[in-house]
This record gives sequence, structure tokens and C-alpha cells, in this order.
Amino acid sequence: MPSFKIFDIAGSGLSAQSVRLNTVASNLANADSVSGDPASVYKARHPVFQAVHAALAASAAAQSSGAAVRVAGIVESQAAPTVRHDPSNPLADAQGNVYAPNVNVIEEMTDMISASRSYQNNVEVMNTTKDLMLATLKLGQ
Amino acid sequence: MPISLDAYLGVHAQALALQGKRTEVLATNLANADTPNYKARDVDFRAALAAAAAPGTAGAPLALSTTDAKHLGAEASGTGAAQLKYRVPLAPSLDGNTVDVQLEQAAFAENSVRYQATLTFLSQRFKGLLTAITGQ
Repeated sequence: MPSFKIFDIAGSGLSAQSVRLNTVASNLANADSVSGDPASVYKARHPVFQAVHAALAASAAAQSSGAAVRVAGIVESQAAPTVRHDPSNPLADAQGNVYAPNVNVIEEMTDMISASRSYQNNVEVMNTTKDLMLATLKLGQ
Repeated sequence: MPISLDAYLGVHAQALALQGKRTEVLATNLANADTPNYKARDVDFRAALAAAAAPGTAGAPLALSTTDAKHLGAEASGTGAAQLKYRVPLAPSLDGNTVDVQLEQAAFAENSVRYQATLTFLSQRFKGLLTAITGQ
């Protein structure tokens, strides 16, 4: 029977991808949040994924196969914010400039598609594994 | 008439365990499809099944050591790490990840069909045995 660890592995994939979708949503929602100060403007956030072999290696046989994925951290993009000259904006600084976030909307959209496909993959893995396990339980009946 | 159930089931019992293991490895690959520096792996099915079918050779499941003739022999189920190999990437990505999602999906689908085929074989064996027992 496929081991129950698959549910942990695919579940960790689901959780990691939903964190990624969360950051995409946050970046897209704040794509137009301008600020009058380049230091305080919103910066694009992206999760960093990491494979976890150690947590599953409790049993001797396990260290070789399964590896869950976890979000090691969320990093802020260090790209410079976009400067826009807009003196009529109440947030504009002394020079009449506002600073727009360094969010690349196209990049975020492709990231969203990639995250949603990966999420679906993990759901399919869980479904198939569940079917196989149920079929195994019916063996000999 | 002593019947060895292991011999009767043939290679299918070991194949089922191996295919279950392979499901796990492929699920790991799919879960880590976006993880930087993750290297995709797979089970060398032919080598693993050969090792499982011929215990005592290198890479075979661990056997219980017996020091007395009255001791019962036993074997750890599943396979060791020896048959887990890294995939050769067709199109490696810049972040060091070697998971090809389409390839893994295909392998996962293939593996689950094979698993179900093995289940059917085993089921037929049990049904045959039951027919012999009930004598109908």
C-alpha cells in the first residue's frame, strides 16, 4: 500500500503553493499602492521553497524516499521602486514624485498560474493515492 | 499439504510494495516541483524487484539474523536506498531543480495503473485459493 506519508508530502505541497498564491494576491493587490517615501513603499514578496528530508527521516527506511516541501522564508524584492512624477497626488514628496511598488504584474500572473497548476498536481496525487489505498483495502473481497 | 503463501502469490506481493514505494517517490517529486535545487528521483524498478525477489544479495531487504535452528526468519519489507536514483534532466532549470512535471505526471499515472494491475493479479490469486478451499 502506498504509505500514509504521501498525504503529508502532498499536503505540504498544497500548503506551500497556497502561501505562494497568498504572496501573489498581496503583490497584485498592492501593485498600485504608491508612497511618498522610497523606503516605506510596498516591496514585492516571494516565498522560498525548501525540501525537507530530515523531518520525515525518523524511521530508517524513510530517509531515502520522501521529502516534503516547506516555505523557508518570504523574501522582499530588492529592486528599486518605480518613480513617478505626480505633483497632484497628496502623497507626493517635495519634488512632486511618488514611488510605486516594484511589483511586476506579468511576473505575478505567471507565478499565479504556476502555483495553481502545482496545487492541482498535488490534489491529483492525493486523490490517486486515496483511490489506490481504498482498492488495496478491498483486496481479497 | 503445506502451502507457501509467499510462493503462491509470486512476485506480485513484492511488486505491490515496490509500486507503493514508487508512488511516494513520485509524489515527492511533484510536491517539490518548484523547490530550488531539488533533484528528481525515481526507483530503478527492475533492480529493486530483482533484489526483492532474491534476498541475500546487495541491496536486498534486511533479513533477521538467526542464531538458532528454532529461530524464525523474517525480512524487513520495502526496499533500501540502493535502488533510488536521480533522474537525468532533459531540460535543467536555472534554479537547480530537475523535476519535469509532465514526465513525473506520466510516471505517476503509469505507476498507479501498474499498481491496480498488480492488485488485480493478487485478487485473482486469492479468489483461486478460495475456490480451492471451498471446493465449489
